[in-house]
Amino acid sequence: MTQVTSAQEAMNDAAYLKALTDLLYQLADDDFLISFRGSEWLGLAPHIEEDVAFSSITQNTMGHALMYYRLLEDLSEGEADALAHEREPSNRRNAVYFEKKNGEGEYLTEPYYDWALAVVRNFLYESFKKVKLEALTKSSYTPLANVAGKVLMEQPYHLSHWKIWFNQLYNSTDEAKTKLQSRLEEAWQQFGDVLELGEYATELEHFDIISGEDDLKERFIQEVESTIAHIRDLSFGKAFGSGREGDHTPDLDQALNTLAEVYRSDEKAVW
Amino acid sequence: MYNYLEYGGSDQPNVPEQDQEKYEQFMARIEAGEKIEPDDWMPEDYRQGLIKLISMHGISEIMGALPEKEWTPKAPTMKRKLGIMAKVQDEMGHGQLLLRVAEDLMKPYGKNRENIMEDLLSGDLKFHNVFHMPTKTWADAGMVGWLVDGAAIISQTNMLDASYGPYQRALQRICQEEVFHAQHGEAIIMALAEGTEYQREILQESLNRWWPALLMFFGPSSADTTGTSKQDTMIKYRIRKSSNEELRQAFLDKYLPRVFSLGLTVPDETIHYDEEQEMWVYQQPDWNEFKQIIKNKGPRSKERLRLREVAYENNRWVREALSPEAIGQ
Repeated sequence: MTQVTSAQEAMNDAAYLKALTDLLYQLADDDFLISFRGSEWLGLAPHIEEDVAFSSITQNTMGHALMYYRLLEDLSEGEADALAHEREPSNRRNAVYFEKKNGEGEYLTEPYYDWALAVVRNFLYESFKKVKLEALTKSSYTPLANVAGKVLMEQPYHLSHWKIWFNQLYNSTDEAKTKLQSRLEEAWQQFGDVLELGEYATELEHFDIISGEDDLKERFIQEVESTIAHIRDLSFGKAFGSGREGDHTPDLDQALNTLAEVYRSDEKAVW
Repeated sequence: MYNYLEYGGSDQPNVPEQDQEKYEQFMARIEAGEKIEPDDWMPEDYRQGLIKLISMHGISEIMGALPEKEWTPKAPTMKRKLGIMAKVQDEMGHGQLLLRVAEDLMKPYGKNRENIMEDLLSGDLKFHNVFHMPTKTWADAGMVGWLVDGAAIISQTNMLDASYGPYQRALQRICQEEVFHAQHGEAIIMALAEGTEYQREILQESLNRWWPALLMFFGPSSADTTGTSKQDTMIKYRIRKSSNEELRQAFLDKYLPRVFSLGLTVPDETIHYDEEQEMWVYQQPDWNEFKQIIKNKGPRSKERLRLREVAYENNRWVREALSPEAIGQ
């Protein structure tokens, strides 16, 4: 496949455009939701240093989401802010696991957030994100390959941050280990759609926009194997369906209602 | 960002006779503009005054993240989401810098950050009056950045030459970042001021609500208002230069013209600049209410402390897992 170097060029090929657009929504929505969940943690992390670090990662991740929404904007999908705030849950393409609430309670009242979930989810997320980004640097869509290269300049630090947390807690008290283990088991039951590329998986591979699902999954396993043993033997479930195909949970409604509350409060407003 | 000088405590330095010579040397050093470092000799009331000031400043940064945090996930555009996240993160960072300075000063008493957090939760350590107030709309996110941080810049630039080196150095960085915060707040405010009727409404409503808290920001003008005042001690020890009232006047000088030029009003019909006295004459806020607020009896005191308490208790297992015993050090 020859390189597609601009949005204009991509828009000349309907099949290519469809597959590319769908993937960009997946990338944008994953980062957007993970970052939203991170922003709910603000001020509640286990210590001040972590609050600063986590918040920095969350900001970067929101920045990545914006880059993908802008790529969609270039493809005439609408304005980035509208894409982030207005789309219906059934049009969202993030994996279901990333919309999951941070724990019991709400971020404003009695937030019994679970740090074990934060560590496990972010560690797995950043591991897969790295694999995906590396694949995207070879994408046939040059603007996407460029964004992936840019994101990779900072993303490996995010991964190493969560890897350190995972290892420290996993090798510490029994309580910490048990908590991580139970969150890991939960993750495997829900992680299936994270590893999928959705409705246009075949086209995405065919057009060399990103490598195929099997290749990504294998690289993901290799990436995580050094930290978590026996991951190769696991089966990854889809307890709540596939977010890549528009299946979502009430947790996504809560997220969207919160993150779009002000945006929706006055439709004519410029904020 | 935030500190006023609290009432309470004695203004007389209690220096034992054998330390009189050290005390004179100390005063000569600070009067010559030298900086005091953590291991240097210092009078007891200097150390204690600094601990109180800096731990309150630090913990106010951290508690100050909470009102804005309420609006962070809700920020109305991607750009605003990024801006407010960065801003709140800075505040947490300031908290960290300052608590480290306070921890060094507390070392001789065998105290550390754990004690600071516990003092906060028990009510022994106060946090700044503005952070006991509710945030009801997105306009409050702008107001905190614009006027609350604007007030903070005025009170902190006043201490940029403080005699205690570690605090003075931390403040250089903090003040530089606060300037960005004020610009971030101002940008939110400008968008609202130039916006729809609804946007202008929430903006004016927010300013009305914050006004008394902003006047209180700098603390009472003298000991007569609320009891005793430590401002004189802090001026003598060259921690700060101006009095609470001078700072409040500087704030009114800087911001009232901007408030009026945006077509906004403040909820005080009597406010005016008196040419003869060369100062703003304004209606005093209710200083009894101020005393109640900083005793954790403000409108949102309980809820904000509860958030910290939940986070503290909820993450206990993490602190235990990171303790030297648990990781085998």
